[in-house]
Amino acid sequence: MKATLSNAFHQMKRYPSAVVGSIIILLLIFMAIYAMIAIPYGEAVRLWRGADNVWVQTPRNARPAWLNYFYQEKQPVTMRMTTEDNPDLKSIVDLGGGVATSDFLFEFDYQYDGFPSEISVFLNATFASARPNVAMKWIAPDGREIQLGELAVRTNENFSISQDTRIQRRLGGALPEKGLFADPADPNKVLKGTYQLVGEGLIFEEGSTVDATLVVYGQLHGLAGTDHRRRDITVALLWGTPVALSFGLVAAVGSSIVTMFLGAASVWFGGWVDWLIRRINEVVMILPLLPILIMVGLFYSRSIWVMLSVVILLGIFGSGILSYRSMFLQVKESGYIDAARAYGAGNGRIIVRYMIPKIIPTLIPGFVTQVPAFVFLEATLAVLGLGDPVLPTWGKLLNDAQTNGALFNGYFYWVLEPAFLLILAGLGFAMLGFALDRIFNPRLRGI
Amino acid sequence: MPSLARTLPEEQPTQQKAVLRVEDLHTWFEVRRMGFFKAGDVRALDGASFELYAGETISIVGESGCGKSTLAKTILGINHITKGSIFFDDEDLSTLDKEGWKRYRSNIGYIQQDPYGALPPFMTVKRILEEPMKINGVRDKAEQTRRIRQVLEEVKLAPIEDFLPKFPHMLSGGQQQRLVIARAMVLEPKMLIADEPVSMLDASVRVEILQLLQALQRRHNLAILYITHDLSTVRYFSERIFAMYGGKIIEKSSTAALLEQPLHPYTAALFEATSDPDAENLKTFKDVPAGEPPSLMNPPPGCRFHPRCRKMIKGLCDVQIPPEFWVQEDHAAACWLYKDEV
Repeated sequence: MKATLSNAFHQMKRYPSAVVGSIIILLLIFMAIYAMIAIPYGEAVRLWRGADNVWVQTPRNARPAWLNYFYQEKQPVTMRMTTEDNPDLKSIVDLGGGVATSDFLFEFDYQYDGFPSEISVFLNATFASARPNVAMKWIAPDGREIQLGELAVRTNENFSISQDTRIQRRLGGALPEKGLFADPADPNKVLKGTYQLVGEGLIFEEGSTVDATLVVYGQLHGLAGTDHRRRDITVALLWGTPVALSFGLVAAVGSSIVTMFLGAASVWFGGWVDWLIRRINEVVMILPLLPILIMVGLFYSRSIWVMLSVVILLGIFGSGILSYRSMFLQVKESGYIDAARAYGAGNGRIIVRYMIPKIIPTLIPGFVTQVPAFVFLEATLAVLGLGDPVLPTWGKLLNDAQTNGALFNGYFYWVLEPAFLLILAGLGFAMLGFALDRIFNPRLRGI
Repeated sequence: MPSLARTLPEEQPTQQKAVLRVEDLHTWFEVRRMGFFKAGDVRALDGASFELYAGETISIVGESGCGKSTLAKTILGINHITKGSIFFDDEDLSTLDKEGWKRYRSNIGYIQQDPYGALPPFMTVKRILEEPMKINGVRDKAEQTRRIRQVLEEVKLAPIEDFLPKFPHMLSGGQQQRLVIARAMVLEPKMLIADEPVSMLDASVRVEILQLLQALQRRHNLAILYITHDLSTVRYFSERIFAMYGGKIIEKSSTAALLEQPLHPYTAALFEATSDPDAENLKTFKDVPAGEPPSLMNPPPGCRFHPRCRKMIKGLCDVQIPPEFWVQEDHAAACWLYKDEV
């Protein structure tokens, strides 16, 4: 047994597909481990739910940042400047009697060819009763000054420049994120250079503060882009890995190893045990898996673990029992089984130590090739809207992409990224499985 | 095979107590239709009685499907006893508890026909030899090592250290059969059941294995039940020969008496059919009985051999089952031909 496995391992090196498959699987495993360490489970669920406005400072439906390498016209990524981390941007002058000015100045160099997708200023004030007052203006590289507005700041104020109709009017009807950056000579081109946002604040109380954060939302964001709720798709891609792998592995292990034990018990004990297992198998084989899962999802629970249990339960008594049974019928007649009975080996020992080790070599390739089938099943369920309600998974990304018309809105990355990972997972396990099949079943080798 | 010849029958241990006593043993296998409905019984073993003494070898001969292996497996406890009883050291097997069965199993060794099939291909030699000990309560590591060394020395698989980590497929056929014998001996049994131990081996290896079995028998005073269809090895190896046909023992005899004159027509035909390297055989025609072995599910009435028997007595052989007739002191046949000679 040990020798068979180590021998198989050595032979694997001779099959390029086994090597590539193993590398892909290892990569996915590292990705899963990284995901679980970098973003703990609770954090992942919280991020994906989008609680506490965690995504308010990321752009909506932004493409991945690395696409800039392929673009002739460079698109902006998000720029964020804040006085909270960087008090140098703030200058406070005490005017006496509790009154003070608290000005801030954000200065940035804009060298992109594309316009930003949005502009917002987040203002945050602390005060007892009198709200601080802030007036902001925009200074373009050519020295034009544009008044942005004046407001009394509350605790968490989102001053959305893009959605401010007064600014739009001042810019002659242009959308603010375009108008503020446009070249006056050609409103469809960006005027490159150093822009400034000047804020003049007035505080009316002792101890009162006002802080500002400027976010110029890019067209591109991060490794994987963002979705319609500004969530970073990377989170779902990363967390989809452990979910997909564990779903696939647990389902494959559950339905192949337990099936194998049932097949062995069926053959070894015979009689009514065999009869019962075969009748259950016959009934389960005609039950349609997907409709049952859809019904469970609709009427009971969409939790991934409930779905997994149903898949395993139906898989255990699936058609696998028949093939294991036929293999074990052959093993049962081996001379060494008779010998083991003659020296008194019990039923459990014969099944576990004598029958199953003989089958393991044929089990392993089948088991490996089964994994992606279950990974795809999970994605299928999610695409059908039966994904786990809290966990971010690849399938749910596809579901979101579909319901938001990703493909006809041009959000190709939203579909391609999870699809790529699904295909990669399927490819890795299939390549390894087929190579293992040839190693363990030498008769296939010549084909 | 001159070295296998033995001085007989002076040293036959007649005064000794029987190691194994089999009384009217039946093993029937139920045949079911659709899993539940009983369709009938295959009477693989239909009434066998004999005693086996320490240091003695009984050969059981007969064609395929006559119940030889069923007898072996029933004695080994692999098949269930339908009727009758087996006594080992005067202890009825049906009264044994779990511990008793362990004791019994440690006292019988099983040697099979196909040595490769008899060895689990995924276990090393060491594991194969440890398994019977682990199961039968020899848990002390030092004792296990001692016994493994001893049996491997006895079956001449040396150097021992080279063999321990090997897998069965790395051994030659003869070495595999030695390993099977070593496994049978590792529990230090009083009795061996050898079910065609040499029929799948090369002629050159056969003698070695038979000599090995004889040496073991002498050293440990083993009782051996030697099952074979190969009559050429029987004469050199056993004190007594039983012939089986259709699930019944039809002739019991000392080797010498049987070789001199087989009584039952079937045994006679069986010996007739044995090939002998003699040029004279070219000129003689062998009178082999026509027909096939009887159906064990639906055996013929009376003597089971009567449809094929040339000496069949109408109205007797096809009606009544013949009892054992002890024609000589050491020679009996279940055949109506001898009803007047007793």
